[in-house]
Amino acid sequence: MSYGIRLKVWGNHGCFTRPEMKVERVSYDVMTPSAARGILEAIHWKPAIRWVIDAIHVLEPIRFQSIRRNEVGQKAPAGKIKSAMKRGNLAGLQVLVDEDRQQRAATVLVKPAYVIEAHFELTKKVGSDDNEGKHLDIFNRRAGRGQCFHQPCLGTREFAAHFELIPPDGPLPECEERDKTPDLGFGLPRDLGFMLWDIDHEAPGRPSLFFRARLEDGVVRVPPPGSPEVLR
Amino acid sequence: MTAISNRYDFILVFEVTNGNPNGDPDAGNLPRLDPETNKGLVSDVSLKRKIRNFVELAKGGEDGFHIYVEEGAILNEKHRQAYKALHPDDAKLDKAAKLNPKDDEEAVKLRDFMCMNFFDVRTFGAVMSTGINCGQVKGPVQLTFASSVEPILPLEISITRMAATNEAEKKQKAEGDDSNERTDNRTMGRKHIVPYGLYVAHGFISAKFAERTGFSEADLELLWQALGNMFEHDRAAARGEMASRKLIVFKHANALGNAPAHQLFDLVRIGRNIDGEFRPVDDKRIGNEPPARKFSDYIVEIDRANSPEGVEIIEKV
Repeated sequence: MSYGIRLKVWGNHGCFTRPEMKVERVSYDVMTPSAARGILEAIHWKPAIRWVIDAIHVLEPIRFQSIRRNEVGQKAPAGKIKSAMKRGNLAGLQVLVDEDRQQRAATVLVKPAYVIEAHFELTKKVGSDDNEGKHLDIFNRRAGRGQCFHQPCLGTREFAAHFELIPPDGPLPECEERDKTPDLGFGLPRDLGFMLWDIDHEAPGRPSLFFRARLEDGVVRVPPPGSPEVLR
Repeated sequence: MTAISNRYDFILVFEVTNGNPNGDPDAGNLPRLDPETNKGLVSDVSLKRKIRNFVELAKGGEDGFHIYVEEGAILNEKHRQAYKALHPDDAKLDKAAKLNPKDDEEAVKLRDFMCMNFFDVRTFGAVMSTGINCGQVKGPVQLTFASSVEPILPLEISITRMAATNEAEKKQKAEGDDSNERTDNRTMGRKHIVPYGLYVAHGFISAKFAERTGFSEADLELLWQALGNMFEHDRAAARGEMASRKLIVFKHANALGNAPAHQLFDLVRIGRNIDGEFRPVDDKRIGNEPPARKFSDYIVEIDRANSPEGVEIIEKV
Protein backbone atom coordinates (compact mmCIF):
# COMPACT_ATOMS: atom_id res chain seq x y z
CA MET A 1 0.00 0.00 0.00
CA SER A 2 1.36 3.36 -0.88
CA TYR A 3 0.59 6.73 0.58
CA GLY A 4 0.49 9.52 -1.95
CA ILE A 5 1.13 13.19 -1.50
CA ARG A 6 0.80 16.12 -3.85
CA LEU A 7 2.91 19.24 -3.52
CA LYS A 8 2.80 22.40 -5.56
CA VAL A 9 6.20 24.03 -6.08
CA TRP A 10 7.06 27.21 -7.89
CA GLY A 11 9.70 29.91 -8.16
CA ASN A 12 11.15 32.66 -10.32
CA HIS A 13 13.75 30.52 -12.05
CA GLY A 14 14.82 26.91 -12.17
CA CYS A 15 17.79 25.05 -13.58
CA PHE A 16 17.53 21.27 -13.92
CA THR A 17 20.86 20.84 -15.61
CA ARG A 18 21.20 18.33 -18.43
CA PRO A 19 24.17 16.10 -17.64
CA GLU A 20 25.46 16.37 -21.21
CA MET A 21 25.46 20.18 -21.01
CA LYS A 22 26.69 20.92 -17.54
CA VAL A 23 29.65 23.18 -18.20
CA GLU A 24 27.53 25.92 -19.64
CA ARG A 25 24.41 24.67 -17.95
CA VAL A 26 21.29 24.04 -20.00
CA SER A 27 18.17 23.10 -18.14
CA TYR A 28 15.78 20.30 -19.02
CA ASP A 29 12.35 21.50 -20.15
CA VAL A 30 10.74 20.02 -17.06
CA MET A 31 11.82 19.22 -13.53
CA THR A 32 13.54 15.85 -13.27
CA PRO A 33 12.25 13.17 -10.87
CA SER A 34 15.50 13.37 -8.95
CA ALA A 35 15.05 17.13 -8.43
CA ALA A 36 11.49 16.50 -7.27
CA ARG A 37 12.77 13.89 -4.83
CA GLY A 38 15.27 16.43 -3.52
CA ILE A 39 12.48 18.90 -2.82
CA LEU A 40 10.48 16.33 -0.86
CA GLU A 41 13.57 15.32 1.08
CA ALA A 42 14.16 18.98 1.97
CA ILE A 43 10.82 18.91 3.76
CA HIS A 44 10.91 15.46 5.35
CA TRP A 45 13.14 12.45 5.00
CA LYS A 46 14.50 9.69 7.16
CA PRO A 47 16.73 6.78 6.15
CA ALA A 48 13.71 4.60 6.86
CA ILE A 49 11.80 5.95 3.85
CA ARG A 50 12.40 6.48 0.16
CA TRP A 51 10.42 8.94 -1.92
CA VAL A 52 9.12 7.69 -5.27
CA ILE A 53 7.96 10.27 -7.78
CA ASP A 54 4.82 9.23 -9.69
CA ALA A 55 4.15 12.24 -11.88
CA ILE A 56 5.13 15.83 -12.48
CA HIS A 57 2.45 18.26 -13.61
CA VAL A 58 3.66 21.31 -15.52
CA LEU A 59 1.60 24.40 -14.70
CA GLU A 60 3.40 27.10 -16.67
CA PRO A 61 4.59 27.42 -20.28
CA ILE A 62 8.19 26.29 -20.76
CA ARG A 63 10.38 29.36 -21.28
CA PHE A 64 14.11 29.90 -21.06
CA GLN A 65 16.48 32.73 -20.21
CA SER A 66 20.26 32.95 -20.28
CA ILE A 67 22.33 34.13 -17.33
CA ARG A 68 26.10 34.37 -17.42
CA ARG A 69 28.05 34.50 -14.19
CA ASN A 70 31.62 34.53 -12.97
CA GLU A 71 32.26 31.19 -11.35
CA VAL A 72 35.15 29.38 -9.74
CA GLY A 73 36.45 26.34 -11.56
CA GLN A 74 38.00 24.61 -8.61
CA LYS A 75 36.89 22.31 -5.86
CA ALA A 76 38.51 22.17 -2.47
CA PRO A 77 41.29 19.57 -2.63
CA ALA A 78 41.05 17.12 0.23
CA GLY A 79 44.79 16.54 0.30
CA LYS A 80 45.57 20.18 0.86
CA ILE A 81 43.05 20.42 3.65
CA LYS A 82 44.61 17.38 5.25
CA SER A 83 48.09 18.82 5.09
CA ALA A 84 46.83 22.10 6.52
CA MET A 85 45.26 20.15 9.40
CA LYS A 86 48.53 18.38 10.07
CA ARG A 87 50.49 21.59 10.02
CA GLY A 88 47.93 23.53 11.99
CA ASN A 89 48.33 26.36 9.50
CA LEU A 90 45.85 27.61 6.95
CA ALA A 91 48.35 29.17 4.60
CA GLY A 92 47.77 28.47 0.95
CA LEU A 93 44.42 26.83 1.50
CA GLN A 94 42.23 29.56 0.10
CA VAL A 95 40.98 29.80 -3.47
CA LEU A 96 41.95 32.90 -5.41
CA VAL A 97 38.84 33.67 -7.39
CA ASP A 98 40.57 36.12 -9.69
CA GLU A 99 43.04 33.48 -10.79
CA ASP A 100 40.56 30.71 -11.33
CA ARG A 101 37.81 32.61 -13.06
CA GLN A 102 35.37 30.86 -15.35
CA GLN A 103 32.56 32.71 -17.02
CA ARG A 104 29.70 30.36 -17.56
CA ALA A 105 26.30 30.88 -19.07
CA ALA A 106 23.28 29.05 -17.76
CA THR A 107 20.11 28.56 -19.76
CA VAL A 108 17.48 28.49 -17.05
CA LEU A 109 13.73 28.09 -16.88
CA VAL A 110 11.58 31.15 -16.25
CA LYS A 111 8.77 31.03 -13.68
CA PRO A 112 8.48 27.28 -13.43
CA ALA A 113 5.59 25.82 -11.45
CA TYR A 114 4.83 22.14 -10.91
CA VAL A 115 2.76 19.72 -8.95
CA ILE A 116 4.74 16.76 -7.70
CA GLU A 117 2.79 13.56 -7.19
CA ALA A 118 4.72 11.11 -5.10
CA HIS A 119 4.54 8.43 -2.46
CA PHE A 120 7.10 6.82 -0.23
CA GLU A 121 8.24 3.31 0.45
CA LEU A 122 9.86 1.92 3.54
CA THR A 123 13.48 0.84 3.18
CA LYS A 124 15.62 -1.81 4.82
CA LYS A 125 16.62 0.68 7.49
CA VAL A 126 13.12 0.81 8.89
CA GLY A 127 13.07 0.71 12.69
CA SER A 128 10.48 -0.66 15.09
CA ASP A 129 8.89 2.75 15.59
CA ASP A 130 8.59 3.58 11.88
CA ASN A 131 5.34 3.16 10.07
CA GLU A 132 3.79 4.71 6.99
CA GLY A 133 1.23 6.72 8.88
CA LYS A 134 3.82 8.45 11.01
CA HIS A 135 5.98 9.62 8.13
CA LEU A 136 2.99 10.63 6.05
CA ASP A 137 1.69 12.68 8.99
CA ILE A 138 5.04 14.36 9.54
CA PHE A 139 5.33 15.27 5.88
CA ASN A 140 1.80 16.58 5.63
CA ARG A 141 2.13 18.58 8.82
CA ARG A 142 5.42 20.15 7.80
CA ALA A 143 4.41 20.93 4.22
CA GLY A 144 1.07 22.29 5.39
CA ARG A 145 2.74 24.70 7.79
CA GLY A 146 5.53 25.65 5.43
CA GLN A 147 8.10 23.95 7.61
CA CYS A 148 11.17 22.45 6.06
CA PHE A 149 14.54 21.01 6.96
CA HIS A 150 16.06 23.49 4.54
CA GLN A 151 14.43 25.69 1.91
CA PRO A 152 14.04 23.49 -1.18
CA CYS A 153 15.25 24.70 -4.54
CA LEU A 154 14.46 24.32 -8.21
CA GLY A 155 17.60 22.57 -9.38
CA THR A 156 20.23 24.89 -7.92
CA ARG A 157 20.21 26.64 -4.58
CA GLU A 158 20.00 30.21 -5.85
CA PHE A 159 16.58 29.39 -7.30
CA ALA A 160 14.55 28.88 -4.16
CA ALA A 161 11.37 26.84 -4.41
CA HIS A 162 8.18 27.88 -2.70
CA PHE A 163 5.88 25.04 -1.82
CA GLU A 164 2.32 24.38 -0.81
CA LEU A 165 0.68 21.12 0.14
CA ILE A 166 -2.37 20.13 -1.85
CA PRO A 167 -4.65 18.39 0.66
CA PRO A 168 -5.72 14.86 -0.33
CA ASP A 169 -9.28 16.01 -0.96
CA GLY A 170 -8.29 19.30 -2.59
CA PRO A 171 -8.52 19.94 -6.34
CA LEU A 172 -5.38 19.57 -8.43
CA PRO A 173 -4.20 22.91 -9.80
CA GLU A 174 -4.15 23.06 -13.57
CA CYS A 175 -2.40 25.34 -15.99
CA GLU A 176 -4.42 28.14 -17.49
CA GLU A 177 -6.75 27.42 -20.39
CA ARG A 178 -4.67 29.49 -22.83
CA ASP A 179 -1.53 27.52 -21.94
CA LYS A 180 -3.08 24.20 -22.89
CA THR A 181 -1.07 24.04 -26.09
CA PRO A 182 0.87 21.26 -27.86
CA ASP A 183 3.93 22.77 -26.14
CA LEU A 184 2.74 21.26 -22.90
CA GLY A 185 1.57 18.10 -24.62
CA PHE A 186 -2.10 18.95 -24.95
CA GLY A 187 -3.74 17.35 -27.97
CA LEU A 188 -0.68 15.34 -28.90
CA PRO A 189 1.88 13.94 -26.44
CA ARG A 190 5.17 15.81 -26.61
CA ASP A 191 8.38 13.80 -26.53
CA LEU A 192 10.93 15.40 -24.20
CA GLY A 193 13.62 12.88 -25.12
CA PHE A 194 15.76 11.02 -22.64
CA MET A 195 15.75 12.59 -19.24
CA LEU A 196 17.56 11.87 -16.02
CA TRP A 197 15.44 9.65 -13.82
CA ASP A 198 17.74 9.60 -10.83
CA ILE A 199 21.22 8.67 -9.79
CA ASP A 200 21.77 5.16 -8.50
CA HIS A 201 23.55 5.82 -5.23
CA GLU A 202 23.74 2.13 -4.35
CA ALA A 203 25.66 0.90 -7.36
CA PRO A 204 29.42 1.47 -7.53
CA GLY A 205 30.36 4.57 -9.49
CA ARG A 206 26.90 6.06 -8.94
CA PRO A 207 25.59 5.64 -12.49
CA SER A 208 22.83 7.86 -13.85
CA LEU A 209 19.51 6.34 -14.80
CA PHE A 210 17.40 7.73 -17.60
CA PHE A 211 13.86 7.44 -18.92
CA ARG A 212 12.04 8.61 -22.01
CA ALA A 213 9.99 11.56 -20.79
CA ARG A 214 6.70 12.37 -22.46
CA LEU A 215 4.58 15.38 -21.69
CA GLU A 216 0.97 14.30 -21.99
CA ASP A 217 -1.77 16.84 -21.22
CA GLY A 218 0.73 18.76 -19.11
CA VAL A 219 1.85 15.73 -17.11
CA VAL A 220 5.06 13.70 -17.16
CA ARG A 221 4.41 10.20 -15.82
CA VAL A 222 7.48 8.85 -14.11
CA PRO A 223 8.17 5.10 -14.33
CA PRO A 224 8.49 3.37 -10.94
CA PRO A 225 11.85 2.08 -9.70
CA GLY A 226 12.85 -1.17 -11.29
CA SER A 227 10.54 -0.71 -14.27
CA PRO A 228 11.96 -1.65 -17.69
CA GLU A 229 11.41 1.97 -18.76
CA VAL A 230 14.21 3.08 -16.43
CA LEU A 231 17.37 2.81 -18.53
CA ARG A 232 20.96 2.56 -17.55
CA MET B 1 30.22 27.06 19.42
CA THR B 2 26.63 25.97 19.45
CA ALA B 3 24.64 26.31 16.27
CA ILE B 4 21.57 28.48 15.88
CA SER B 5 18.30 26.80 16.76
CA ASN B 6 15.79 28.92 14.86
CA ARG B 7 14.96 29.04 11.20
CA TYR B 8 15.14 32.49 9.61
CA ASP B 9 13.93 33.95 6.35
CA PHE B 10 14.91 37.46 5.36
CA ILE B 11 14.36 40.21 2.84
CA LEU B 12 17.18 42.55 1.92
CA VAL B 13 16.18 45.79 0.22
CA PHE B 14 19.04 47.75 -1.30
CA GLU B 15 19.37 50.61 -3.71
CA VAL B 16 21.74 51.81 -6.37
CA THR B 17 22.07 55.39 -7.50
CA ASN B 18 23.94 56.19 -10.71
CA GLY B 19 25.88 52.97 -10.65
CA ASN B 20 26.05 49.44 -11.95
CA PRO B 21 25.13 47.01 -9.19
CA ASN B 22 26.06 43.86 -11.13
CA GLY B 23 27.42 43.76 -14.68
CA ASP B 24 26.36 41.07 -17.15
CA PRO B 25 29.41 39.45 -18.76
CA ASP B 26 27.14 38.34 -21.61
CA ALA B 27 26.10 41.89 -22.47
CA GLY B 28 29.34 43.86 -22.34
CA ASN B 29 28.99 44.56 -18.63
CA LEU B 30 25.58 46.18 -18.96
CA PRO B 31 23.57 45.96 -15.73
CA ARG B 32 21.81 42.58 -15.58
CA LEU B 33 18.28 42.70 -16.89
CA ASP B 34 15.40 40.26 -16.91
CA PRO B 35 14.63 40.42 -20.65
CA GLU B 36 10.94 39.74 -20.12
CA THR B 37 10.14 42.34 -17.51
CA ASN B 38 13.08 44.77 -17.84
CA LYS B 39 13.58 44.49 -14.13
CA GLY B 40 17.16 44.62 -12.97
CA LEU B 41 18.85 41.56 -11.51
CA VAL B 42 21.74 41.08 -9.10
CA SER B 43 23.04 37.53 -8.88
CA ASP B 44 23.20 35.68 -5.58
CA VAL B 45 26.93 35.15 -6.00
CA SER B 46 27.50 38.88 -6.35
CA LEU B 47 25.87 39.45 -2.96
CA LYS B 48 27.78 36.56 -1.40
CA ARG B 49 31.03 38.05 -2.65
CA LYS B 50 30.24 41.28 -0.81
CA ILE B 51 29.38 39.40 2.38
CA ARG B 52 32.71 37.56 2.18
CA ASN B 53 34.57 40.81 1.57
CA PHE B 54 32.87 42.48 4.50
CA VAL B 55 33.68 39.64 6.87
CA GLU B 56 37.26 39.68 5.74
CA LEU B 57 37.43 43.41 6.45
CA ALA B 58 35.64 43.20 9.76
CA LYS B 59 37.46 40.15 11.11
CA GLY B 60 40.75 40.47 9.27
CA GLY B 61 41.49 36.76 9.23
CA GLU B 62 40.80 36.21 12.93
CA ASP B 63 40.81 32.58 14.00
CA GLY B 64 37.70 30.92 12.69
CA PHE B 65 36.83 33.78 10.37
CA HIS B 66 39.05 33.10 7.39
CA ILE B 67 37.55 33.38 3.95
CA TYR B 68 38.00 30.37 1.72
CA VAL B 69 37.00 31.89 -1.62
CA GLU B 70 39.28 34.89 -1.59
CA GLU B 71 39.57 37.79 -3.94
CA GLY B 72 42.80 39.51 -4.85
CA ALA B 73 46.06 39.46 -3.00
CA ILE B 74 46.73 37.24 -0.01
CA LEU B 75 48.78 38.21 2.94
CA ASN B 76 48.98 34.58 4.01
CA GLU B 77 51.29 33.92 1.11
CA LYS B 78 53.93 35.67 3.19
CA HIS B 79 53.14 33.56 6.21
CA ARG B 80 53.65 30.50 4.10
CA GLN B 81 57.08 31.64 3.10
CA ALA B 82 57.93 31.99 6.74
CA TYR B 83 56.47 28.62 7.46
CA LYS B 84 58.35 26.96 4.64
CA ALA B 85 61.59 28.37 5.96
CA LEU B 86 60.86 26.74 9.31
CA HIS B 87 59.67 23.41 7.95
CA PRO B 88 61.59 22.38 4.88
CA ASP B 89 59.78 19.03 4.79
CA ASP B 90 56.67 20.84 3.66
CA ALA B 91 57.19 19.67 0.09
CA LYS B 92 56.18 16.17 1.14
CA LEU B 93 52.85 17.44 2.30
CA ASP B 94 52.34 19.23 -0.98
CA LYS B 95 52.87 15.97 -2.80
CA ALA B 96 50.20 14.37 -0.68
CA ALA B 97 47.68 16.69 -2.34
CA LYS B 98 46.58 13.89 -4.64
CA LEU B 99 45.38 11.64 -1.84
CA ASN B 100 41.75 11.21 -1.01
CA PRO B 101 40.51 10.64 2.51
CA LYS B 102 40.73 7.02 3.55
CA ASP B 103 37.16 6.72 4.76
CA ASP B 104 34.02 8.58 5.70
CA GLU B 105 35.35 9.33 9.16
CA GLU B 106 38.28 11.17 7.73
CA ALA B 107 36.06 13.03 5.29
CA VAL B 108 33.99 14.25 8.24
CA LYS B 109 37.12 15.42 9.99
CA LEU B 110 38.21 17.37 6.93
CA ARG B 111 34.78 18.90 6.63
CA ASP B 112 34.69 19.95 10.25
CA PHE B 113 38.13 21.48 9.96
CA MET B 114 37.03 23.59 6.99
CA CYS B 115 33.81 24.65 8.70
CA MET B 116 35.59 25.60 11.90
CA ASN B 117 38.19 27.75 10.21
CA PHE B 118 36.38 29.37 7.31
CA PHE B 119 33.38 31.62 7.80
CA ASP B 120 32.20 31.27 4.21
CA VAL B 121 32.36 27.46 4.25
CA ARG B 122 30.33 27.48 7.47
CA THR B 123 27.82 29.93 6.04
CA PHE B 124 27.42 29.17 2.33
CA GLY B 125 29.03 25.73 2.09
CA ALA B 126 31.67 24.54 -0.34
CA VAL B 127 32.28 21.70 -2.73
CA MET B 128 35.18 19.62 -1.52
CA SER B 129 36.41 16.83 -3.73
CA THR B 130 36.99 14.43 -0.91
CA GLY B 131 36.47 11.48 -3.18
CA ILE B 132 34.49 9.09 -1.07
CA ASN B 133 31.38 10.98 -0.08
CA CYS B 134 31.72 13.88 -2.56
CA GLY B 135 32.32 16.00 0.56
CA GLN B 136 29.82 18.68 -0.25
CA VAL B 137 29.11 21.08 2.55
CA LYS B 138 25.73 22.70 2.16
CA GLY B 139 25.70 25.91 4.09
CA PRO B 140 22.70 27.07 6.08
CA VAL B 141 22.46 30.42 4.29
CA GLN B 142 20.84 30.49 0.89
CA LEU B 143 20.35 33.65 -1.16
CA THR B 144 18.30 34.18 -4.29
CA PHE B 145 18.72 36.53 -7.22
CA ALA B 146 17.81 40.08 -6.26
CA SER B 147 15.32 41.68 -8.58
CA SER B 148 14.40 45.35 -8.85
CA VAL B 149 10.97 46.48 -7.74
CA GLU B 150 10.30 48.30 -11.00
CA PRO B 151 11.83 48.03 -14.48
CA ILE B 152 15.18 49.77 -14.66
CA LEU B 153 16.63 51.89 -17.45
CA PRO B 154 20.33 51.24 -17.95
CA LEU B 155 22.16 54.24 -19.40
CA GLU B 156 25.34 54.16 -21.37
CA ILE B 157 27.71 56.96 -20.45
CA SER B 158 30.64 57.62 -22.75
CA ILE B 159 33.75 58.90 -21.06
CA THR B 160 37.17 59.96 -22.26
CA ARG B 161 40.60 59.39 -20.89
CA MET B 162 43.23 62.01 -21.64
CA ALA B 163 45.93 59.47 -22.40
CA ALA B 164 46.67 56.53 -24.68
CA THR B 165 47.60 53.10 -23.41
CA ASN B 166 50.65 52.65 -25.60
CA GLU B 167 52.52 54.02 -28.61
CA ALA B 168 50.59 51.86 -31.06
CA GLU B 169 47.29 53.28 -29.90
CA LYS B 170 48.65 56.79 -30.22
CA LYS B 171 49.86 56.09 -33.74
CA GLN B 172 46.57 54.57 -34.74
CA LYS B 173 44.82 57.68 -33.57
CA ALA B 174 47.21 59.92 -35.44
CA GLU B 175 46.65 58.02 -38.68
CA GLY B 176 42.90 58.32 -38.43
CA ASP B 177 41.12 61.18 -40.16
CA ASP B 178 40.26 63.13 -37.04
CA SER B 179 43.86 63.63 -36.01
CA ASN B 180 44.28 66.93 -34.34
CA GLU B 181 46.25 68.00 -31.34
CA ARG B 182 43.39 67.69 -28.93
CA THR B 183 42.26 64.14 -29.67
CA ASP B 184 45.72 62.73 -30.23
CA ASN B 185 46.18 61.02 -26.95
CA ARG B 186 42.63 60.45 -25.94
CA THR B 187 40.80 57.15 -25.64
CA MET B 188 37.12 56.72 -25.11
CA GLY B 189 35.43 54.34 -22.79
CA ARG B 190 31.96 53.45 -21.68
CA LYS B 191 30.22 53.21 -18.36
CA HIS B 192 26.87 51.67 -17.76
CA ILE B 193 24.73 53.00 -14.97
CA VAL B 194 21.30 52.54 -13.52
CA PRO B 195 20.02 56.01 -12.54
CA TYR B 196 18.08 54.52 -9.66
CA GLY B 197 17.03 51.03 -8.75
CA LEU B 198 15.55 49.49 -5.62
CA TYR B 199 16.38 45.78 -5.44
CA VAL B 200 14.96 43.03 -3.28
CA ALA B 201 16.75 39.80 -2.41
CA HIS B 202 15.29 36.90 -0.47
CA GLY B 203 17.32 34.77 1.89
CA PHE B 204 16.84 31.60 3.90
CA ILE B 205 18.71 30.22 6.87
CA SER B 206 18.21 26.58 7.76
CA ALA B 207 18.82 25.78 11.42
CA LYS B 208 19.23 22.11 10.57
CA PHE B 209 22.09 22.79 8.18
CA ALA B 210 23.57 25.18 10.73
CA GLU B 211 23.84 22.25 13.13
CA ARG B 212 25.99 20.44 10.61
CA THR B 213 28.38 23.28 9.91
CA GLY B 214 28.39 24.91 13.34
CA PHE B 215 26.94 28.23 12.17
CA SER B 216 26.43 29.99 15.50
CA GLU B 217 24.49 32.95 16.92
CA ALA B 218 27.67 35.03 16.69
CA ASP B 219 27.99 34.10 13.01
CA LEU B 220 24.38 35.08 12.49
CA GLU B 221 24.97 38.47 14.10
CA LEU B 222 27.98 38.95 11.82
CA LEU B 223 25.86 38.00 8.81
CA TRP B 224 23.22 40.60 9.70
CA GLN B 225 25.98 43.16 10.15
CA ALA B 226 27.43 42.21 6.77
CA LEU B 227 24.08 42.46 5.01
CA GLY B 228 23.51 45.89 6.51
CA ASN B 229 26.96 47.29 5.83
CA MET B 230 28.47 45.39 2.95
CA PHE B 231 27.89 48.13 0.39
CA GLU B 232 29.58 50.69 2.64
CA HIS B 233 32.86 48.90 2.02
CA ASP B 234 32.38 48.12 -1.63
CA ARG B 235 32.78 51.57 -3.10
CA ALA B 236 34.06 51.60 -6.67
CA ALA B 237 33.89 53.72 -9.79
CA ALA B 238 31.41 51.31 -11.34
CA ARG B 239 29.10 50.89 -8.34
CA GLY B 240 27.90 54.44 -7.85
CA GLU B 241 26.08 54.77 -4.58
CA MET B 242 24.74 51.57 -3.17
CA ALA B 243 23.21 51.07 0.24
CA SER B 244 21.22 48.53 2.20
CA ARG B 245 17.92 50.20 2.97
CA LYS B 246 15.97 47.52 4.81
CA LEU B 247 16.76 44.15 6.26
CA ILE B 248 13.59 42.48 7.41
CA VAL B 249 14.14 39.25 9.30
CA PHE B 250 11.49 36.64 10.00
CA LYS B 251 12.52 34.59 12.99
CA HIS B 252 10.66 31.31 13.37
CA ALA B 253 10.08 30.04 16.88
CA ASN B 254 11.57 26.64 16.06
CA ALA B 255 14.15 25.02 13.83
CA LEU B 256 11.79 23.82 11.10
CA GLY B 257 9.80 27.01 10.88
CA ASN B 258 6.25 28.10 11.50
CA ALA B 259 5.12 29.40 8.12
CA PRO B 260 5.97 29.04 4.43
CA ALA B 261 8.61 31.51 3.31
CA HIS B 262 6.52 32.85 0.43
CA GLN B 263 3.72 33.72 2.82
CA LEU B 264 6.16 35.73 4.95
CA PHE B 265 7.68 37.49 1.95
CA ASP B 266 4.17 38.46 0.85
CA LEU B 267 3.77 40.38 4.12
CA VAL B 268 6.23 42.94 2.82
CA ARG B 269 4.81 45.16 0.12
CA ILE B 270 6.86 47.73 -1.73
CA GLY B 271 5.02 50.40 -3.64
CA ARG B 272 5.51 53.91 -4.94
CA ASN B 273 5.07 56.88 -2.69
CA ILE B 274 2.69 59.21 -4.53
CA ASP B 275 2.20 62.27 -2.33
CA GLY B 276 2.51 60.17 0.76
CA GLU B 277 0.09 57.56 -0.50
CA PHE B 278 0.98 53.90 -1.13
CA ARG B 279 0.49 52.77 -4.72
CA PRO B 280 1.40 49.25 -5.83
CA VAL B 281 4.05 49.28 -8.59
CA ASP B 282 1.72 47.54 -11.03
CA ASP B 283 -0.93 50.22 -10.55
CA LYS B 284 -1.68 51.69 -13.99
CA ARG B 285 -2.06 55.14 -12.46
CA ILE B 286 1.62 55.48 -11.67
CA GLY B 287 2.42 55.32 -15.40
CA ASN B 288 2.22 59.11 -15.60
CA GLU B 289 4.32 59.72 -12.54
CA PRO B 290 8.00 60.59 -12.92
CA PRO B 291 10.38 57.64 -12.46
CA ALA B 292 11.59 56.86 -8.96
CA ARG B 293 14.99 58.42 -8.26
CA LYS B 294 15.36 58.05 -4.52
CA PHE B 295 14.39 55.77 -1.70
CA SER B 296 11.72 58.13 -0.44
CA ASP B 297 9.89 57.59 -3.75
CA TYR B 298 9.04 54.16 -2.38
CA ILE B 299 7.08 52.95 0.61
CA VAL B 300 7.91 49.64 2.28
CA GLU B 301 4.95 48.30 4.22
CA ILE B 302 5.08 45.36 6.60
CA ASP B 303 1.77 43.74 7.30
CA ARG B 304 2.48 42.88 10.93
CA ALA B 305 -1.18 42.26 11.71
CA ASN B 306 -1.29 39.18 9.51
CA SER B 307 1.99 37.78 10.67
CA PRO B 308 1.58 34.06 11.39
CA GLU B 309 1.88 32.77 14.93
CA GLY B 310 5.37 31.78 15.98
CA VAL B 311 7.10 34.16 13.60
CA GLU B 312 8.80 37.26 14.90
CA ILE B 313 9.46 40.13 12.50
CA ILE B 314 12.69 41.98 13.23
CA GLU B 315 13.88 45.00 11.29
CA LYS B 316 17.65 44.89 11.39
CA VAL B 317 18.23 47.96 9.23
